[in-house]
Amino acid sequence: MISLKLVLLFSAGLFAIGVYGVLARRHAVLVLMSIELMLNAVNVNLVAFAQTFKDVTGQVFALFMITVAAAEVGIGLAIIILIFRNRETINIDEVDEMKW
Amino acid sequence: MNGHEIVFLILALAGLGAALKVVTTDNVVHGALYLVVALAMVGGVYLLLGAEFLAWVQVLIYVGAVVVLLLFSLMLTKAPIGPHALDNKQKGLAALIGFGAFAGLGLLIADAFEGSVGAPPTTTADIGASIFKDWVLPFEVVSILLLAALVGAVVIARKDDDE
Repeated sequence: MISLKLVLLFSAGLFAIGVYGVLARRHAVLVLMSIELMLNAVNVNLVAFAQTFKDVTGQVFALFMITVAAAEVGIGLAIIILIFRNRETINIDEVDEMKW
Repeated sequence: MNGHEIVFLILALAGLGAALKVVTTDNVVHGALYLVVALAMVGGVYLLLGAEFLAWVQVLIYVGAVVVLLLFSLMLTKAPIGPHALDNKQKGLAALIGFGAFAGLGLLIADAFEGSVGAPPTTTADIGASIFKDWVLPFEVVSILLLAALVGAVVIARKDDDE
């Protein structure tokens, strides 16, 4: 028996660290890693509530999210490689042509 | 504080520490390796909560596939590996927002949720039954999405011959 609050606090911490990483990092791969941390925090929440309310649906959705996250990483890394090929940099603050 | 909670705290602290190192380390490859630790600890938390199938999926997909992909892209982009400026100028503001997010969520959680996670471990058969009974359409949509992502990644990343 683990207190639900503890699990949710762990997930909140993971999410906050991910938010910091996305905002503070300029290396595109590190930004992707931080996004993965945030997605994992959400999955921990889903699993915790699924096991609290004894309903397996939460776990099914966590499974779907893992799949979508894998697809997202694949596309994201393809884009990063393309940016590197065209611009010789993967620092996202140097890719700012569309910035107003 | 019982045995389960002590094990959970150990896993959670290791995971949070590794996650902190991911967002603060000066070396991108070290960041990816710390990410392995953080994701594996999340997998351990799944196991502890009784979501066995999800724990092994986490190990296979995140620790196995995603981190390998990240390391591959680091190699392919030949990024300057080593102590470089990996942070931008908004570091202080970002830390403030991150801390604010944690404080806000923490206050909310401390007030809102009671109870404990104590369901018996779910079996893979339960999850399979739920997917193929109640969630067949989302399952198919996800498989189409994976196919589209696969084809899309190949199309985006391949070299054009006519250039």
